[in-house]
Amino acid sequence: MPTITAVQPLAGTYTADPVHSSFAFAVRYMGVSTFRGTLGDVSATLAAGPDGAALEGSAEVASISIRTPEAFRDHVLSEEFFHVAEHPRIAFRSTRVELADDGRALVEGELTIKGITLPVHAEGSWTPEAELFGSRKAGLTLEATVDRTAYGLNWNADLPAGGKALADDVTLTVELTLLPAAADGEEA
Amino acid sequence: MRVLGLPGSLRRDSHNRALLRAAAAALPYGAELVEWDRLAELPAYDEDLDGASAPEPVRALRGAIAAADAVLLATPEYNASLPGGLKNALDWASRPHATNPLRGKPAAVVGASTGLFGAVWAQAEARKVLRTIGAHVLERELPVRQADAAWAADGTLRDPGLRAALEELVAELVAQVEPATVAEAA
Repeated sequence: MPTITAVQPLAGTYTADPVHSSFAFAVRYMGVSTFRGTLGDVSATLAAGPDGAALEGSAEVASISIRTPEAFRDHVLSEEFFHVAEHPRIAFRSTRVELADDGRALVEGELTIKGITLPVHAEGSWTPEAELFGSRKAGLTLEATVDRTAYGLNWNADLPAGGKALADDVTLTVELTLLPAAADGEEA
Repeated sequence: MRVLGLPGSLRRDSHNRALLRAAAAALPYGAELVEWDRLAELPAYDEDLDGASAPEPVRALRGAIAAADAVLLATPEYNASLPGGLKNALDWASRPHATNPLRGKPAAVVGASTGLFGAVWAQAEARKVLRTIGAHVLERELPVRQADAAWAADGTLRDPGLRAALEELVAELVAQVEPATVAEAA
């Protein structure tokens, strides 16, 4: 695990701009292709202070980009995958956030999918707060790989030509555009 | 040279009918594809109805297969298998086993589905059924996935890799036909 020289360049509380933030997933299927999708309805908060930063977020499973065909959507939302009726959102809470001078980011924490909480290690990059199109924004991009079966998303099938229909490893990519919270007088 | 196309779906705007049309356009020079469109007219297989006086659609199916040099099935996937209507047609075509018109006939299977996997399980089952009947079956598949978005405006497959694979498949199918047995072009 890489160690990053930690500095704390962001200060205060930031919330993710929902329009410019996303939670994406990619999984190999049929051995050769990659299926990509997103959960569009994402909320996240980054709180940064002198003692470090903490990231919390969640995403609504029903906002998954698989809309049609209906049978495909129903299958993905069913008990064989997300079981959305019982577990409508996935959630993340950090235990460690490091934003390095060179723009690298490292986040560790607990990811909850389908009611199962497991530690996850994510790496990526961040951009410091800056004036952009008339408002101040910062950015954070993280990528992690998780085993979907560890979260109980177990569906699979043997392909007629050999191999499995769907890979177990899923690459998660989180893109957050962070806006400073308006009236946050907590931080010095 | 004539290829008989059997669509496994009855729906007018079926992706598998579209796939047969794309296959027709991909055939090499001198080969034509004729679609057999009467699946819905076949009664459920019943040995009591079979024989010389079998129902007219059954006789038409057997005649169409006999008159073709090769057969191409395009199947959707129902519950991880081929549709009942298509299986029923193959069951009618398979009788009597020793002299059925599919025996020794070059055959291939393609398939389209709106899901991620392009009916690969239905295609595998269709190949198994065709092998059992005695057809000379190509051991390759053509999975058209997410078929709602698979087609260009001119009816060809959008994905160049799939388009090339379809051309290869139909070329291999017609290459299986013994020159001496080629039916007269209609």
